[in-house]
Amino acid sequence: MRERSLLEMRGIYKSFPGVKALQNVDFTLCEGEIHALMGENGAGKSTLIKVLTGVHVKDEGEIFLKGHDKAVQIRSPKDAQKLGISTVYQEITLCPNLSVAENIFIGRGEGNMVNWRAMNKKADELLESLGIAVKGSQQLASCSIAVQQMVAIARAVDMDCSVLILDEPTSSLDESEVAKLFVLMRKLKERGVGIIFVTHFLDQVYEVCDKITVLRDGRLVGEYEIENLPRVELVSKMLGKELDDMASIKSDTDGSAVDMSSAPVYEGKGLCSTEGISPFDFNIRKGEINGFTGLLGSGRSECVRTIFGADKVTGGTVKMNGKEVKITKPIDAMKNGIAYLPEDRKRDGIIGDLSVKDNIKLALQVKTGFFKPFSNAKATEFANEYIKLLDIKTASVNTPIKSLSGGNQQKVILARWLLTHPKYLILDEPTRGIDVGTKVDIQKLMLKLASEGMCVTFISSETDEMLRTCSRLLVMRDRKLVGELTGDQLTQKTIMDTIAGGEKDGTE
Amino acid sequence: MAQNKAAPPKTSFFAALMRNQIFIPIAALLLLTIFNLIADPGFFKITLSENSNGDPVLNGYLITVIDYGSELAILALGMTLVTAASGGQDISVGAAIAISGSVMLRVLCGSDARAETMQAPIIVAFLVSAIVAMLFGAFNGTLVAFFKIQPMVATLILFTAGRSIAAWINHNELPIVKEVSFSYFGNYFPGIPIPTPFFIAVICFIVTWALLKFTTLGLYVQSVGINEKTSRLNGLNPEMIKLMTYVFLGLCVAVAGFIKVSRLSTINYSVIAKDIEMDAILAVALGGNALSGGKFNMGSSILGAYVIQYLTTTLYKFKVNADALPAYKAVVVILLVIMSAPVVREKFAQITKKLRAGKAQTSAAKAASN
Amino acid sequence: MKLKKLLAMSVSMAMCAALFAGCGSTESGGSKKGDSDDGLIKIGIINNDPNESGYRTANDKDLKEAFSKENGYDASFAYSLKNDEQIQAANKFIQDEVDYLLLSAADTAGWDTVLKDAQAAGVKVILFDRTIDADESLYEASIVSDMAKEGQTAVDWLKGQNLSEYKVIHLQGVMGSAAQKGRSQALTDTAAAEGWTIVNEQTAEWNAEKAQQIVQSVIDSGESFNVIYAENDDMAKGAVAALDKANISHGVGKDVVVMGFDCNKWALEELLAQNWNYDGQCNPFQSSYIKDIIDKLEAGETISEKTIIMDEKGFDASTITQEDVDNYGI
Repeated sequence: MRERSLLEMRGIYKSFPGVKALQNVDFTLCEGEIHALMGENGAGKSTLIKVLTGVHVKDEGEIFLKGHDKAVQIRSPKDAQKLGISTVYQEITLCPNLSVAENIFIGRGEGNMVNWRAMNKKADELLESLGIAVKGSQQLASCSIAVQQMVAIARAVDMDCSVLILDEPTSSLDESEVAKLFVLMRKLKERGVGIIFVTHFLDQVYEVCDKITVLRDGRLVGEYEIENLPRVELVSKMLGKELDDMASIKSDTDGSAVDMSSAPVYEGKGLCSTEGISPFDFNIRKGEINGFTGLLGSGRSECVRTIFGADKVTGGTVKMNGKEVKITKPIDAMKNGIAYLPEDRKRDGIIGDLSVKDNIKLALQVKTGFFKPFSNAKATEFANEYIKLLDIKTASVNTPIKSLSGGNQQKVILARWLLTHPKYLILDEPTRGIDVGTKVDIQKLMLKLASEGMCVTFISSETDEMLRTCSRLLVMRDRKLVGELTGDQLTQKTIMDTIAGGEKDGTE
Repeated sequence: MAQNKAAPPKTSFFAALMRNQIFIPIAALLLLTIFNLIADPGFFKITLSENSNGDPVLNGYLITVIDYGSELAILALGMTLVTAASGGQDISVGAAIAISGSVMLRVLCGSDARAETMQAPIIVAFLVSAIVAMLFGAFNGTLVAFFKIQPMVATLILFTAGRSIAAWINHNELPIVKEVSFSYFGNYFPGIPIPTPFFIAVICFIVTWALLKFTTLGLYVQSVGINEKTSRLNGLNPEMIKLMTYVFLGLCVAVAGFIKVSRLSTINYSVIAKDIEMDAILAVALGGNALSGGKFNMGSSILGAYVIQYLTTTLYKFKVNADALPAYKAVVVILLVIMSAPVVREKFAQITKKLRAGKAQTSAAKAASN
Repeated sequence: MKLKKLLAMSVSMAMCAALFAGCGSTESGGSKKGDSDDGLIKIGIINNDPNESGYRTANDKDLKEAFSKENGYDASFAYSLKNDEQIQAANKFIQDEVDYLLLSAADTAGWDTVLKDAQAAGVKVILFDRTIDADESLYEASIVSDMAKEGQTAVDWLKGQNLSEYKVIHLQGVMGSAAQKGRSQALTDTAAAEGWTIVNEQTAEWNAEKAQQIVQSVIDSGESFNVIYAENDDMAKGAVAALDKANISHGVGKDVVVMGFDCNKWALEELLAQNWNYDGQCNPFQSSYIKDIIDKLEAGETISEKTIIMDEKGFDASTITQEDVDNYGI
């Protein structure tokens, strides 16, 4: 073992039916180091983490840990925990029906007796020291996703781990929460904890990390010191090719292509739902890409859910192409040519056990009708067409969607909606938790679809993605539509000011 | 790499079968068959003789299996869909059979439980009982789909009250249908040597197959069972789909009840179709379907139902006491649960992989020596 | 949407109503609080579920008719097939201060405490149909059928048929029940003594469907038999269904002798039609015996014989008359 190294993984192999997830991967983590693990979708990051934490058992290879003479065997998450390896996963893996304190201390086997008061007190102290504004006695499900994520980190931190793995911890946090997390990470680093940081946010990597290990297609590309690897190079190493200049996307999206004279494709007035957003007006024209922006919980998702009828619609009128229509539930919206890719892919997007083929055909099938099922050949044809078009990586059309990586699952959902040939496509956080390459693909696709006359509403927590693609932004604050930005107003600063509520720059 | 990719198709048929869930009931069927072949091959003898009406009929244990397994197989159809869509089981089917059978006899016998002739055509009686059974199915479905009550709890109501309702329908009398034509449906039609229940079951299979083939029911039911939220966002109405599966099960109940009352031309409210709900659930499980809902395989459930009857008939043949039957079924359930546990499956997969790897090595060595 | 919900609601409401109606029909004469100053004798009756069998239905009907208001009784009924529920009901009746507790116990054991409580509270207990394992002092009388005697009467009749050989299929009731024990014992003993062959002896749990499958199984195996000894009418009916299916003639002067118990009306009609050979009575009409005892106790007399065995007959198909069917059919 190298000096100061906490963890060394050597020659790791792991395969699943039809997929070789890891082939001869090495990984080294030193004391007091924040080490970024980077790679595209399906590069093997998640698998490597799961091997390390005992969720999957490796096929071959050795793992060495500081303080152990021989290679250690990790066969279960319990083993990993005993060895001081803790994880916070991309998707929340806590129990939503238990309290925050219970979630922090559950399954840690400190005797069978539970002293609730002492436990809650201990949890409160821990949460306070980490600056998380939640009480130990609160039920986890009542907290926002961001807070749930922080609780998961708090749990890991409290387990005196020497290796802390953060798998996409920031994808559901807003900026101030991310800043708090970074403070915490640096604190842990000083204590000598080694942190493995998996993320898609390049900015964040360059802000906190010391080293970067890049994986691609289940193989190791290399390990780099952060100062020796400029961003462009990192991206090209992840993709295995030179990245198209992102700036080139912007050129043709100044909104001039949008035909302002025709009636809006979609026009809603006074829309509101049971989810408690104030009534809002909204319209979109042929070929336009617009977006909702705002902080987490500002109501941007609730707006598009109201447009699609995903929540119970309680008021407002809707016109499609100037004609009044009624949209109160998803099927109404679908019949009117609206498609909606939801924010929470696992909960609202995929049908986990069904095949890629069935997942792709689902929406169109529902639209087509109960008595007109597609033949197997037809469904396979649809699936193959979109697997090719969107470059979906799957073993076959019959593979269950749940065994695909996050980005590929997202592409399948996108394929499902594109198959319905919508007039109006709503994408809520389509780029969350997926790799850079797919993010660019999806943005390019949006622009292409818009140029062919489709309207698109796009929501993303990464403002620059929206600036790059949208010609109009609707700003939300506290469940209220507070501004609409176009043309020259589309700058980071104006958006921030509007979100923050500055009177002078806003268009209220 | 390229060679690796080319290799699978050779072993694919057996491997695919092993991975397919229908493998479980087929394996159980084979095991029982082997046991019977060794213990007494006479089990498989089928003879043609004449029955008391002078008509030719087939006799033998296998005929008994397809005859008496019919009600169970028909119930398994509905139970599979209910399980898939709602992630739970209807435990009231036995009681519901008592109700629909009672309704049927009420219509056939009218107010006089000893009527010499039938007071209504059989088809009318069946339709009325089907409507009643489907209404009770809708009642269960409404509780499950709209009031979000767990299926077992929701159907517990009817499970408890059903047999009393059945008795109440006929004012606690036990009507008897005296016309012989009614008994054809649970026994033999004159001149046809194969038991009628089997034909009825086959008709039900065909109707169900057509329903799954020519509508999107299968896709919808599975989608709702796996992820209700996503299904709603894709334009489905999960509540209606769940309700539909319970109504469908109601129809299956009516058919099974029809066969049951026709077998004896009468009914006994407290024991008719006793414990059949457990067998129907077992059939679904034996078919390899997850009892927590989601994906299903209808053929596998049907086979599962006949395997259970096969087991019952085998046990009767070896004069195992009827009250010991549940114990044997329990053994089957235990084996089943163990076999379908992920840990065991993984171990199994590892073993086959090793075997295959060993084979690949020897063949590679052969190739090298050539 | 609203309409659909409304519809769903109303459907379930209607169903609920149906359920209650169903339940309502099995309960009757709900227990009324208050003392029996109106001159009525207050009794609590704990019985098995009347839907259990035709026997129980007839038994329940008989009790209800006998202990009506018109006849000077204030009767409350509780039904259960489970011992613990019956004990609960007994406790409730004792609290309600009934004068007499009539009991047909689901299980023979577990009654001591309750009966002592009853004695302490001055409630007189009369057992009917089924005995229990408790000291005789705890109850006034026990009115029962002698199952062993019923069985012996039937077996003696069978012996009297003087068949050239006896190959018997023995269909037993739920194992361990008094009826099964008594009726099985008679056959087992006589078969051993006379050298009869028992082709198959299995429990069909009083269930026609199971009986049909068991007999079907014997037919499938090709073993020959000429007597079906079924411990109740339902099982005999199931057996006959299997015989019919396989072209085996049965009844008076035919290949197979069919025997049943309980004297259901429809079973006696089968006898009358010569399709069956024998049916043994199990008398469900205990009310007249119970009335006698209550009258004696009310008059201050003591009961000398605690166990009272009812008269029971056996019917032969060759001698049965329509009158018998009307009088004894249940």
